[in-house]
Amino acid sequence: MNLRKYLKVYKKFLHTSLASELEYKTNILVDLITAILSLVGSIFLLSIFFQNNGFIGGWKFEQALIIQAIYTILNGITNTWFNPNLTEIVKHIREGTLDFVLLKPIDSQFFISLKKINPSGFLEIMLGFFLLLFCIRINQIILSLSFLSLSLITISCSICILYSLWFFISTTTIWFVKTWNAIEVLRSFLYIGRFPLNSFSFSLRIFFSVFIPIAFITTIPSEVFLGLSQLWKILLEIIVAAVFIKTSRKFWLFALKFYSSASS
Amino acid sequence: MVQNIIDVRNLSKSFDISSKEPGLKGTIKHFFRRQTKSIKVIKDISFEIKEGEIVGFLGANGAGKTTILKMLCGLIYPSEGSILVSGYLPYRRKENFLKNITLIMGQKQQLIWDLPPIESFYLNASIYDLDKFEAKKRIKKLSEMLEIDEELFIPVRKLSLGQRMKSELLAALIHEPNILFLDEPTLGLDINAQRNLRKFLQKYNKETNATICLTSHYMKDITSLCKRVICVHEGAISYDGKLDLLLKKLSPVKEILIVCRSEEEAIKLENSCFTVKNRIKNEITIKIEKNSITSSLKTILNNFDIEDLYINEPPIDEVIGKVLIKKDYDI
Repeated sequence: MNLRKYLKVYKKFLHTSLASELEYKTNILVDLITAILSLVGSIFLLSIFFQNNGFIGGWKFEQALIIQAIYTILNGITNTWFNPNLTEIVKHIREGTLDFVLLKPIDSQFFISLKKINPSGFLEIMLGFFLLLFCIRINQIILSLSFLSLSLITISCSICILYSLWFFISTTTIWFVKTWNAIEVLRSFLYIGRFPLNSFSFSLRIFFSVFIPIAFITTIPSEVFLGLSQLWKILLEIIVAAVFIKTSRKFWLFALKFYSSASS
Repeated sequence: MVQNIIDVRNLSKSFDISSKEPGLKGTIKHFFRRQTKSIKVIKDISFEIKEGEIVGFLGANGAGKTTILKMLCGLIYPSEGSILVSGYLPYRRKENFLKNITLIMGQKQQLIWDLPPIESFYLNASIYDLDKFEAKKRIKKLSEMLEIDEELFIPVRKLSLGQRMKSELLAALIHEPNILFLDEPTLGLDINAQRNLRKFLQKYNKETNATICLTSHYMKDITSLCKRVICVHEGAISYDGKLDLLLKKLSPVKEILIVCRSEEEAIKLENSCFTVKNRIKNEITIKIEKNSITSSLKTILNNFDIEDLYINEPPIDEVIGKVLIKKDYDI
């Protein structure tokens, strides 16, 4: 893979999608307001859960806020990259414009995963970071190099798992054509990621760890922040992320063999 | 000797297609137990195309023209048989193969809708690894050939269909491919825009010796661009050869409208040995075989009192229309 070429193309993707989005100023403004209101609403909801009892699943409100912060960052990443691109796959396949992507001398997964960005998602990422910094302060977390590296590794793994799940569902469009509902179900499951895994029953914990690994997406990075993490969990998250990325790639290449293109 | 750039041998393609009975009962049945059957849409076809050739694919809707084109450019895997395009197996979509080809579809677009076409051109240039200077040079050259200038800087959504198609062509040709696959490129364009596009393709072919495979329902596209046509009927090739020969085969006669000086003269002509189509007073239309037209006209002018005459070719659409419904042509 020619890295220089891919960087150059990505720079162009950034440029063109920013320019496209900035054509519609009001839309961006509405998105920004929605992001702020959504964060305020989520924190309010979380505070209601903690009103009667100071603890949920062994987590204090201040600690649970870390999960909310990580969720907000991941949701921001979802809205910046995954949502505009991966929902477009469905459109590409239904309308047959995937033809143009497949005939370009560039990796098709790279193209359809990164072509667009939604700038309003950046605000959500920033809000998530501010909330995370606030949590670091109120939970009196001591910043160290190992802490920062582990946080970065676990959050990166979360991004990989989230991307793979989404990409996997979008890819099934090649057979099923319409998969909007499946994507909506995934999004609803992701909302669960705002709460500590321990707050669920044992069977749900197993479900959200094994079948839809929401647990890996927010809880493990949050445990790293709180110094509660165990090495085996971090290693497991790295393995799960690697398996997910590899599988989604293989699945995409396999699915393309069945692509029949839309009729003209 | 000119090399074969496309070589297709015993190519077939089948699709699994589901069918549904009408009505609510049919819909429920279709939802729970979908019945699919395998349909062979391309049936054991073979042909070669030489470098620099412009070949038109003719056929009715659903005959399989677009499926052939999509297999040639590597979008669809063939079910049986082999395809070699420029020495590559298309469905592997190797980088060097993709740099050699382009696909233009009249009904689909790749330009970024909210931005001026120039942004899409530079994006494509980066995908094809062209530096800014080279990209600029090619955009200038192609925009001159296509006669577009200000349109490059107007958002695509504000361009007319003709301007958009020209921009689509520029975006598709920025990497200077030597094989062009065009699927109904003039669809929906007005007569002038169609003519300009054809002029451009002729010029591009002449200047670059690019091979062009074209499907179109506008017969003017085929007659003005293609010397060779491949007729596809229900997934099989019904004719592969020169367009001239096909036209001669399909319409071996010309119609001649003769205006006689008197009605009596027209009746006299009607009773002679020519095949008469109709007669209205002193005007008579007769059919003459193309290869005996000179001698027949000489006989008419020498033996009858003629005021005027008009030689008409049968309308090309009518002639080609026969291709779409016929299975075999033995030329």
